[in-house]
Amino acid sequence: MDAIVSWLTSLFPHMAAPIARLIVHLVYAAILSFVAPVVVVVAFTYMERKVIARIQDRVGPNRAGPLGLLQGFADAVKMLTKEDITPVGADRIVYNLAPGLAVVGTILVYAVLPVAPGVIGADLNIGILYVVAVGGFGMLAAVMAGWSSNNKYALLSAFRVVAQLIAYEIPMVIAIIMVVLAAGSMQMGQIIDAQNVPFLFTLPVAFFIFFVATIAEIGRSPFDLLEAESEIVAGFHVEYSGFKFALFFIGEYMHLFVGAGLGTTLFLGGWRGPGASEATILGVLLGFVYFLVKTVFLIFLMMWVRGTFPRIRIDHLLDFGWKFLVPVGLLALVAVALVLKLPFLSSSVLKWVGMLVANIVVVVVSLTAVSFAARRSRSVALRGVAGTER
Amino acid sequence: MPVDQIVKTVVFVIFTVMTLGGGLGVVVSPRIFHSALFLVLSFAGVVGYYVLLDAGFLAAVQLLIYIGAIAILILFAIMLSRGLMAERQSQSNQQWWIAALVALLIFVVLAAVLWRVDWPVASQQALASPSNAISQEGSQLGRDLLGPYVIPFEVASVLLLVALIGAVILARETES
Repeated sequence: MDAIVSWLTSLFPHMAAPIARLIVHLVYAAILSFVAPVVVVVAFTYMERKVIARIQDRVGPNRAGPLGLLQGFADAVKMLTKEDITPVGADRIVYNLAPGLAVVGTILVYAVLPVAPGVIGADLNIGILYVVAVGGFGMLAAVMAGWSSNNKYALLSAFRVVAQLIAYEIPMVIAIIMVVLAAGSMQMGQIIDAQNVPFLFTLPVAFFIFFVATIAEIGRSPFDLLEAESEIVAGFHVEYSGFKFALFFIGEYMHLFVGAGLGTTLFLGGWRGPGASEATILGVLLGFVYFLVKTVFLIFLMMWVRGTFPRIRIDHLLDFGWKFLVPVGLLALVAVALVLKLPFLSSSVLKWVGMLVANIVVVVVSLTAVSFAARRSRSVALRGVAGTER
Repeated sequence: MPVDQIVKTVVFVIFTVMTLGGGLGVVVSPRIFHSALFLVLSFAGVVGYYVLLDAGFLAAVQLLIYIGAIAILILFAIMLSRGLMAERQSQSNQQWWIAALVALLIFVVLAAVLWRVDWPVASQQALASPSNAISQEGSQLGRDLLGPYVIPFEVASVLLLVALIGAVILARETES
């Protein structure tokens, strides 16, 4: 950012630095809010279809353009020409507000996402807290859409949205707190700076929890209870059509990108890689490439999960969130906090090893506990069948 | 008046309209779901105040707790209640005048407190270097919460824990 500002002022000597800064930020904001959504949606719907098709031994889109690359644009045109429907008895104001809020909620997160060295909308020193805070808007949009549609399936979906998102927001925040503890800051830039070794390798438990919780927050399979077609038709946006539905769709894919981007920033070292630096334009571009590669890799993992696992039941979903992820997360949090305060772990290398060991211990302990619990519940169930109980 | 002062005043007025208008909407709107949404608007106005005061940490926490948690839970509770889809519901019952009286009393008390307390204001020096003050805000808050105010802080957590356990006990199925 600063490099571009100084380049602008050198290009136009009469321009004052604050004005140059304002222009750069406005252009960046315009890119984030107008260009990024389109690119993200078209690119990742195409990728998703291709990846899922390959997993299911199909070819995927292959008609529109070479390799089906234009499929996304064809779908966009189709979407925009659809009739805009407002159901009878819908609450018009709330009904029309909800799609916009769904997109705004995710664009707000982009403001603190460092996509390349020095390229970040605002490097707030409460960066990650801000991300968690504005996450509530997405939930609010879903609830508003579900309620105002005057449709029982939409309403049921809104119930599920709240139950699921609250259940998975807590483990997600716990995982983020572990990162904040290890980095010693909530600022995105400093979190990246702290990752000489990416937190993926020192805090694997936190990464696992964050990854699962992110999939659940976005509402992707296997956690797509919000829009389970076989149960509640299409979820909270069942009554929406045309552009308003497109907004929900855009919001979902932007959320996917931002979720993976956050995972990259928090656990994979963000834009860091050989040659990436803020000093030169080449370094910045390299950093952007590293960020994209890591983010697309995470998105690929999510698509892989989607293509592999069946949808889980609502009670299993809540059990998994509350009875597994939260306790494991709390355990790991306490372990990491203790390790970081141990007096003899003075150097940072020792701290990384300590964190890794603590994480492994947490994994072993929690898996043992789960296997004991499973054995117990199975024996209880068998006794119930045999009639020895009660 | 310098430009940024004018901008700040205009923004302040907008947030005030949001906060007070939202509050009014909560009380008078006929559908309870709308009341909850107006409450969100009102909370958002308060977030704006914190941003205006350069209290970024408080703004994020207000957003997280009041909109992200409390408002959503209120919406959830409304969804589980009867008459959710009803067109029109009376906002008040026979006890409305008692509630109005209590509200007025609270207003008087709060106004008196606001009027009388000599609010500590940061020195001009600290205000002159805002970046310094802002970066210290979060850590200072943390140190205060675990230092001089540790007992109120812990008592509040115990209170929340009691509420949590109480809710679990109330919601638990009675075992035969």
